[in-house]
Amino acid sequence: MTSVFGVPLPAILGQLMLGLVNGSFYALLSLGLAVIFGLLGVVNFAHGAFYMLGAFAAFVGWQKFGLGYWWMLLLGPLIVALLGIAVERLFLRHLYRLDPLYGLLLTFGVAMIAEGVMHAHFGSSGNYYPVPGLLRGGLHLGFMVLPVYRAWVIVASLGVCLITWAVIERTSLGATLRAATENARLVQAFGINVPVLVTCTYGGGVALAALAGVLSAPIIQVSPLMGSSVVIVVFAVVVIGGMGSILGAIVSGLALGVIEGLTKVVYPEASNIVVFVIMALVLVWRPAGLFGRDP
Amino acid sequence: MQKSILTALCAVLACAATSPARAADGQVVIGDIDDLSGVYADVAGQGAIEAANMAIADFGGTVLGRKIVLLTTDHQNKPDIGASKFREWADQSGLNMLLGGSNTGVSIAMSKVAGAKKIPFFAIGAGGASLTGADCTPYTVHYAYDTTALGNGTASAIVKNGGKTWFFLTADYAFGTQLQESATRVVNANGGKVQGAVRVPLGAADFSSFLLQAQSSGAQVLGLANAGTDFVNSMKAANEFGITSAMKPAALLAFIADIHSLGLATTQGLYLTTGWYWDLNEETRAFGRRYFAKMNKMPTMDQAGYYSATMQYLNAVKAAGSTDPDGVMAQLRKTKINDAFTKGGYVRADGVMVHTMYVMQVKTPAESKYPWDYYKLIKAMPGEEAYGSQPDATCPFLKR
Repeated sequence: MTSVFGVPLPAILGQLMLGLVNGSFYALLSLGLAVIFGLLGVVNFAHGAFYMLGAFAAFVGWQKFGLGYWWMLLLGPLIVALLGIAVERLFLRHLYRLDPLYGLLLTFGVAMIAEGVMHAHFGSSGNYYPVPGLLRGGLHLGFMVLPVYRAWVIVASLGVCLITWAVIERTSLGATLRAATENARLVQAFGINVPVLVTCTYGGGVALAALAGVLSAPIIQVSPLMGSSVVIVVFAVVVIGGMGSILGAIVSGLALGVIEGLTKVVYPEASNIVVFVIMALVLVWRPAGLFGRDP
Repeated sequence: MQKSILTALCAVLACAATSPARAADGQVVIGDIDDLSGVYADVAGQGAIEAANMAIADFGGTVLGRKIVLLTTDHQNKPDIGASKFREWADQSGLNMLLGGSNTGVSIAMSKVAGAKKIPFFAIGAGGASLTGADCTPYTVHYAYDTTALGNGTASAIVKNGGKTWFFLTADYAFGTQLQESATRVVNANGGKVQGAVRVPLGAADFSSFLLQAQSSGAQVLGLANAGTDFVNSMKAANEFGITSAMKPAALLAFIADIHSLGLATTQGLYLTTGWYWDLNEETRAFGRRYFAKMNKMPTMDQAGYYSATMQYLNAVKAAGSTDPDGVMAQLRKTKINDAFTKGGYVRADGVMVHTMYVMQVKTPAESKYPWDYYKLIKAMPGEEAYGSQPDATCPFLKR
């Protein structure tokens, strides 16, 4: 068997593939965070909770209303985005003029409430969600069997990431958004309703988190704690990519998923902390993050 | 303001101080501390509470003229919660006996309390054999199964069928490591070889990367040293990633609830060891059907064990004529257990309830003739063969 540094090649390729799957989730989640931070300046600690709510939306839609995966892939993010918009309208918008720390504390509280409510309703053991019929089975890649569903996750989340990036960086809507964050009063003078724009942006970021939640439902158990276990890693990804950098979030999300996968081959015990080690190194070397602009 | 807070505090303290007298009056108090919401909630959990209640009802609801009450709580798989709740019930609620459900880590913590408070403690569903070894107490009774019996059953059956090289997927806490150790001993003793192991955190969301590691080891057998939803998820992922076509999975601990949720198509051919199965004989079928009428599923060995343990305790109290812990334990040790759970079982000096264990193979969908017809019997292992013929020499109080 071919091997690299004594590790069989198929094992490396297999873990790389899984790293890519995990990386797709990181990318999708950190993208939403980066959009919200970059355009609103809010450190959205509720991101993990919205991700969890997206997965539960899929689960409840299937169990209670008989709505299949494809419906919920569309409806889940919409429903959770409406919830996010309510949070922004009712609470968050009062804090924009204050230190970002207040937004962080508020969203942290929102996350704890969401988790608590779901815990009381569904218990802490995971709930099973089936893989949609169209995406069952596996692809024989030679070195491993890649379940079709995981391949779909890579394709879907990369597609969504690219579209989001293009909308913000390459369209006039995106230009208006970016201008509104630089100088809200000036943009308002052009007759653009900035508060609505900000609300929609927050809703959009939340919808990305919920979409990741729906995508993950058939892979992991749908449980109230799934958000809090991932949100810390995703924050590290955003810091590495550069707070608020859209491209940075996507690239570093994927890269860190892959690095994590490789760590599992070489030294599995370190796979949980490798992201944070990299974060520490990046902060020392480039405090603004890999893709961030120096302040 | 300050005065009113002080008054309220005093009132709370006064309530706390008066509660023990209230609870202990003329009652026999049985407690159940178990995983009611986590990975093991389906194998014991609410079903085990129901089984204990069935036993209390069958016994008549009273013993020595005192009403029998059952207290229940969720330990959330946290040893500190289990131990502190046990202590609280012992100090404030007049607890006479504790039923402790799944999770070896929690049960070890609770056995320390049982030893200190001198309260009989039936560990049912915790696998760790150290509960009657290094962590034993004179008041612990280990029911249903332990890691020694599981290793002796499943691992030896598979090695003898040609599964010589093993890779373990192990739950990363006391239970998983003890189960892996016991299986490793059996594999080595029968001429097999362990090629590696990976430790997985309890309740991991995704098993795929650990399974790829197992696959690249090239071993013939995938030893699953985990349980509950961890077992279910690792089996599911092993199928999804096509690993079961190259490696033969071995369930070191699988419950009928797990097989039911995975389905026979996924689990057919799997070897496992169980302390009880509903379809063994008329008596087990009768109990299974009674339980089914209440819970709409067949009981697991833990749940049947809860019924049996509660019954045995109440019988011992009746025979001893009091709830005095030493008297009851002496009575338990000298009585043979003959009920729907086992025939000729007995509590050994170190606390293991020695009884027949069954090595089973999961049926194919074609072989299964009626609902819950899941296992075919490969071997009935006499208690001494499963648990060893001698008490565990590492048990501290036996050395004295």
